[in-house]
Amino acid sequence: MSLADSIAALEGKFSILGKREFRGETALTVQREQIVEICRFCRDSLGFDYLVDIASVDNFGDEPRFEIVYELSSIATNEHLRLKLAVSEDEPQVATVSGIWPTANWHEREIFDMMGIGFTGHPDLRRILMWDGYPYYPLRKDFPLGGKPSEVPEVAFTKAAPLEGGPFVTLPSTATAKDREPRARRLED
Amino acid sequence: MAEAHAAYDSKVEGNIIFTRVDAAINWMRKNSLWPMPMGLACCAIELMAAGAARYDIARFGAEVMRFSPRQSDVMIVAGTVTYKMALAVKRIWDQMPEPKWCIAMGACASSGGMYRSYSVLQGIDQLLPVDVYISGCPPRPEALIEGLLKLQRKISGEESLSDQKRLLIESFS
Repeated sequence: MSLADSIAALEGKFSILGKREFRGETALTVQREQIVEICRFCRDSLGFDYLVDIASVDNFGDEPRFEIVYELSSIATNEHLRLKLAVSEDEPQVATVSGIWPTANWHEREIFDMMGIGFTGHPDLRRILMWDGYPYYPLRKDFPLGGKPSEVPEVAFTKAAPLEGGPFVTLPSTATAKDREPRARRLED
Repeated sequence: MAEAHAAYDSKVEGNIIFTRVDAAINWMRKNSLWPMPMGLACCAIELMAAGAARYDIARFGAEVMRFSPRQSDVMIVAGTVTYKMALAVKRIWDQMPEPKWCIAMGACASSGGMYRSYSVLQGIDQLLPVDVYISGCPPRPEALIEGLLKLQRKISGEESLSDQKRLLIESFS
């Protein structure tokens, strides 16, 4: 089945909220509630037997704030399909797809750790990089780059790293990277 | 009448040298520094290169990488110390017997390096006393060997016996 046929099949069976093509790659925006059904259909009927990655995006200031991106691939045909869904900050919960692709287990744990989005039905939703008890979600845009002080006795502590307006500080906003990038700013601003 | 002075004993003359106990202890310590290889990132690759045949840190008596802190003399912190790892490094340092020294190898171990980040300790000297800092990202094996020689020079200037005596007297009082 070609990628175009797969997309047509998905559009016929589910309500697709948006479709974007870029350099031969297709991204479909889907409904959050349908993600497990869609993923199961993609694996069982469309041959996407490999989940490459799950990513999360923080569109700070927008509503809904978060976006989750599933990168699907087929080993047999080497076709890629991207699924996106929006997650609001008020209810940061998505159903897990770890029952479909076991590799999703750690990808979802990473998103939970870094972005603070929960996955309902996940078999083992613990932090994967930071330690249990760390109070923040460090990849959110409103989290300072240098970090915040925290302490879990006997486990780990953190301190804010000195940045001094230095070269690596980006501003949390929806502006493009070109405007947020500190090297584009004059230091006296 | 037996001569008390060894150098006048013709049987052992030539096999005896005179020195201070401090100097002898320091000489023994500095020429068999057994490292605790705390390899945490890419610096550990250079640490391994320094230990291998081409650079051969064995020439300076530090080839016996001990993976038990109880048998180590010098902790070579080679790499990025994350906050998640920091207290584990500290715990291993605490398990090393005195006398012990620490080499902060590379930018990350010395200052956090390029990681001005929520997750990286900004220098291992925030947790334990560092004797030698080695710059570089990562430092070449020659730099590590230079750091080791600097540490050896530092050890040869220590007053090990009188320090121990002072500590002993303090413990009595």
